[in-house]
Amino acid sequence: MTDSKEILLEVQQLQKSFGDRIVLNGIDLQVGKGEVIVILGPSGCGKSTFLRCLNGLESVQGGVIQYRGQNLAEGNVDWPEVRQHIGMVFQNYDLFPHMTVIDNILLGPLQVQKRDKNEALQQAEQLLDRVGLLDRKDAYPRQLSGGQKQRIAIVRALCMNPDIILFDEVTASLDPEMVREVLDVILGLANQGMTMIIVTHEMGFAKSVGDRIVFIDQGKICEIATAQQFFTAPATERAQHFLDIFQY
Amino acid sequence: MLMNLDWEFIVESLPLYGDAMWLTVKLAFWGILFSLIIGLLFSVILYYKVSVVSGVIVAYIELSRNTPLLVQLFFLYYGLPKIGLHMSEMTCAIVGLTFLGGSYMTEAFRSGIEAVSKSQIESGLSIGLSKVQLARHVILPQALAISIPSLGANAIFLLKETSIVGAIALMDLMNVAKDLIGMHYKTAESLTLLVLAYLVLILPLSLVLTWVERKVRYAEFGD
Repeated sequence: MTDSKEILLEVQQLQKSFGDRIVLNGIDLQVGKGEVIVILGPSGCGKSTFLRCLNGLESVQGGVIQYRGQNLAEGNVDWPEVRQHIGMVFQNYDLFPHMTVIDNILLGPLQVQKRDKNEALQQAEQLLDRVGLLDRKDAYPRQLSGGQKQRIAIVRALCMNPDIILFDEVTASLDPEMVREVLDVILGLANQGMTMIIVTHEMGFAKSVGDRIVFIDQGKICEIATAQQFFTAPATERAQHFLDIFQY
Repeated sequence: MLMNLDWEFIVESLPLYGDAMWLTVKLAFWGILFSLIIGLLFSVILYYKVSVVSGVIVAYIELSRNTPLLVQLFFLYYGLPKIGLHMSEMTCAIVGLTFLGGSYMTEAFRSGIEAVSKSQIESGLSIGLSKVQLARHVILPQALAISIPSLGANAIFLLKETSIVGAIALMDLMNVAKDLIGMHYKTAESLTLLVLAYLVLILPLSLVLTWVERKVRYAEFGD
């Protein structure tokens, strides 16, 4: 997969620790344009931390994150610039509670990217329509369900026209009946060729959306495989053990 | 008791109280306004931990909160002229109130800013907001809503504190009442008017603040 396509992001020997505790211990990963990478692993394995390192929410202690000709693991990165291209969606949606849906979405495009208001508004409305929430554009976040809030948060990230979107356990706080509406949106993006790195515990979803599965355990990548391979015949014992826990 | 009051005296004194109320309102207005501006500015500086400036602000807060306003006014009015700095009574009173109120407002804003969750900040960062944009669009609007009750309490506190500016020869409400008692021995009348005058000033302010608190609470919070 990555051979034929342009490499968008390349991580080499990434090191991250909190004090003495090593959280990421030499992660290597190449992300091709249009690729959907799903990161799996037991709780506390460092998968969320890995995502957070990719858009500067965590500092790193070593290694290289190569993106658009610059190394994001170095100290002098212009993160507000980089974050326009590497979007992120969080577990707890984190819409701004004092703004309406449409203001939430337009904050980045208008304030950060200084785009034309009408043009940005048009795109925001198109995106809202695509996730079925155009009629809620003037609502406040508190008036929305969890699933709706998360779909808005995805639109907010999309409206920046990023190269890559990072999804950090975006369905983990949702009621079960709302998980699907959010996953459908992400699957739709995958089909349109959006480059995404997804941390999730939804195995069925990982299987259907992921081009490649990256299995992390104890801060290291144990296994990288196609979704097909990983779920039918994982190469490592640890991955097998992990999957067994989810086979109920 | 009402029958025993000298109503003629009360009516005659009303203009004096009216003037004094106007003075109190002016003092409180400027004192509160400047305190709010200082509080907002200083709390943001403290939040971003601007090295030397933050230290100076912390020292100011301690000095301001741990000395009485009366002492601060004396210092401004009687002390500063010794080193050649003269200010009118009115200016002194406003500077004094601001010196006191600025620290209280800083603390009120700061507690609001600190109450904005880390995930809100990360969410703002993730769409590329700069530090200043983050403060303006994400942190301050939410912090303000959280701070409103204590900002309001501080405003009322400052309005009440104006009652000591008589010490630097300003004819505020308290001073007018004291004068009338001293000159005419009409203690009951003067004090009744004094209490009523403060109530007339503070009750509406208090009601407005309660209304504002309810407004921002409903607009901002709850899932």
